[in-house]
Order: sequence, then C-alpha cells, then structure tokens
Amino acid sequence: MKTIELHRTITDSNDRDAQALRDKLSAKGIFLVNIMSSAGSGKTTLLLRLIKDLKEKAQLYVVEADIASDVDAVAVENAGARSIQAHTDGMCHMDAGMTADALESLLAEGSQSGNGLSIVFLENVGNLICPAEYDTGAHRNLMILSVPEGDDKPLKYPLMFEKSDVLVITKTDALQYFDFSMDKAFERVKRLNPDIKIFPVSAKTGEGMDALEEWLLDSAAKLKEA
Amino acid sequence: MHELGVVKHVMKTIRDVAEENKVIRVGSVTLQIGEVSGIVNEQLVDCWNWFREKDDILKGAELKIEVMPAVTFCENCKKEYETVKHGKICPYCGSPNTFLVTGNQFEIKEIEAETEE
Ligand SMILES: Nc1nc2c(ncn2[C@@H]2O[C@H](COP(=O)(O)OP(=O)(O)O)[C@@H](O)[C@H]2O)c(=O)[nH]1
Ligand SMILES: [Mg+2]
Ligand SMILES: [Zn+2]
Repeated sequence: MKTIELHRTITDSNDRDAQALRDKLSAKGIFLVNIMSSAGSGKTTLLLRLIKDLKEKAQLYVVEADIASDVDAVAVENAGARSIQAHTDGMCHMDAGMTADALESLLAEGSQSGNGLSIVFLENVGNLICPAEYDTGAHRNLMILSVPEGDDKPLKYPLMFEKSDVLVITKTDALQYFDFSMDKAFERVKRLNPDIKIFPVSAKTGEGMDALEEWLLDSAAKLKEA
Repeated sequence: MHELGVVKHVMKTIRDVAEENKVIRVGSVTLQIGEVSGIVNEQLVDCWNWFREKDDILKGAELKIEVMPAVTFCENCKKEYETVKHGKICPYCGSPNTFLVTGNQFEIKEIEAETEE
C-alpha cells in the first residue's frame, strides 16, 4: 500500500466535465441556461411565458431534471419547445455528467436552427442548496426568487446568489400583498454578488419580461458569433 | 439526499486518480470535511459502504473522515471564535457582523492504494 495525496475538492472532476460540455455546446452555438429555484417559485409559469414569447426567434429546448418535475412535458411541447427528460436517480441536483447525458442526442444531431439561435433551459432540481454547488456546464446560471418567498432569502442561501449570473424576481404583480422590499432585496443580493443582473418580472402580467428576453436573445447571439 | 451526490463525485475522482496511478485496489480514502459543511457523516459512510461494493478497485475501501473545525471572524472586534459553539453572534462583543473563516470545506485528502509496480 502506498499513500497518494490528492487535496482535491470533491467538485473537481465535475468541474472538468462541465467545462468540456460547455465547450461542446459553444462550438455548436447552443446556449445553455441553468435555472434554479425553490419549488413553487413560478418556474413553470415563467418558462411557458418565455417559450411563447421567444419561439419565433430561437429554437428552444427544456431539459427537465425530474420525473416528478413540475414542468409538464406536454405543456412545454404545446407551447412550442422541445422537451428533454434528464435522469437524476433521485439526486438533489443536476451535475455536468447528467446534463451531458441529457443533451447527448441534441449534440449529435448538429444544428437544428441553421443560422438561427438555440437556447436550452435546464430546469434544475427545486431547491436552493445543492444545485448551487455543482457546475452543470451551463453558460449562465439563472435563479428565480418569487416575491412571496421574501426579501431575506439571500441571507439564508448566500451560495446560490453568489453562483448566479442572473436573478429573476418573479410575481412582482403580488408586491402589494407581501412584505417584500425591492430595495432590500437588491442591496442584499448585490452585496453577495455585485455583478449579478436582476430582472423583476411578472410572468402573469408580462411586466418586465422584455428585458429578460432581450438578455436571453443577446446572450445566445453573442455565443453564436464567438 | 445530498450525501449520495457527494459519494458519487468522490468515487469518480478516485477512479480518475486510480487510472493515472495504475492503482489495482484502494485500501482507504481520507476526506477532510468542515464542521459546518452540511454533510451528515454517518449518511456519507453508509452511502459509501453501499456503493463501494459495486466497484472493483473500491471494494472494501474504508472511508476515513477528518472533521475540520469551523472558525468565525468578528468584523467588529476582530476576534475569532468557534462557530459551532456560538453561531453567528460574536461571544465577545455581541455583534452579528461576522463571517465564516473556515469550516465548510470538503476535500479528498489522500488515498491508500496498491499499485501495479
Ligand atoms: N401572481 C403571480 N402568480 C404567479 C406568477 N408566476 C407563477 N405564479 C403562480 O405561482 C404558483 C406556482 O407557479 P409554478 O409556475 O407552478 O411554480 P413552480 O413550482 O416553480 O414551477 C401558481 O399558482 C402560479 O399561477 C406571477 O408572475 N404572478
Ligand atoms: Mg411548476
Ligand atoms: Zn466581536
């Protein structure tokens, strides 16, 4: 027996898989967005709205992380995106390997969209802890915080806010009914992550959706050009 | 369950290392886990003992865990204190303006292994 010293963090091998997947997707011009939130925050509603608004402008895909997923495959397909089922084997997060497996046939197919844009939404497992710790290979991490969840969420789940490139604050149409301060939320989030982009939206009324959609299309276009 | 994911990632890393080092059999794996990493060590060991049997080189490998103490620093009085004992509030001055210095790490420190040569 001999001792082999490693001193590696456990996410080491995942980080390498994630980078490999990201490179493959970039080469094909496919923009992958990892969507994280707690259950009930309004993921389904937001995704369906995005699909409805963006389907003419980009080829859209939704990867669902769970059989028990709340995003209904049928609803996704009816709205105008392709639905892809991932297999998490009961895990509390998606990792790069699972994401790569889910996207295997899409990557093998080659570009579906010709010169158009391709966007894949990865609907991660619904919790704010574990998904934050694993790089999925996505180009951008997007988290959803809904108004009813409260403006103190950044204090409870700092890592999630640190790891996200974009924060979507949903259900803004309900602001008047909840003790949620937009100023406090912004301040707490920016303190954890000064570079994060924040989009307050209502998936119900459509308020604020434009800016978010513009960001998505811009990001996908930049990837394609690069 | 979080521990399942952790075990799978540890095993994957070790398989990679085993290949690089021409390992035939792994005798033990030592992890360093911070006191406040949120990992339940007993569950981690249970999970490990279950999955190691499905793997040729990891069969029977013992999982050793070194618990690393958690330390918090107080911005107000500039002192350090034990996180687990006192939490977020500084025991010296009562300030909540504190941050974790160490204690949430999760590292694979080393493995003991039999190699080809
Ligand atoms: N008022 C309001 N309700 C919303 C909004 N988005 C979602 N909801 C509601 O919140 C609940 C949970 O939404 P859903 O999309 O299923 O959440 P998910 O579990 O994260 O997928 C449903 O009753 C939705 O109608 C919004 O922008 N405004
Ligand atoms: Mg839902
Ligand atoms: Zn103090």
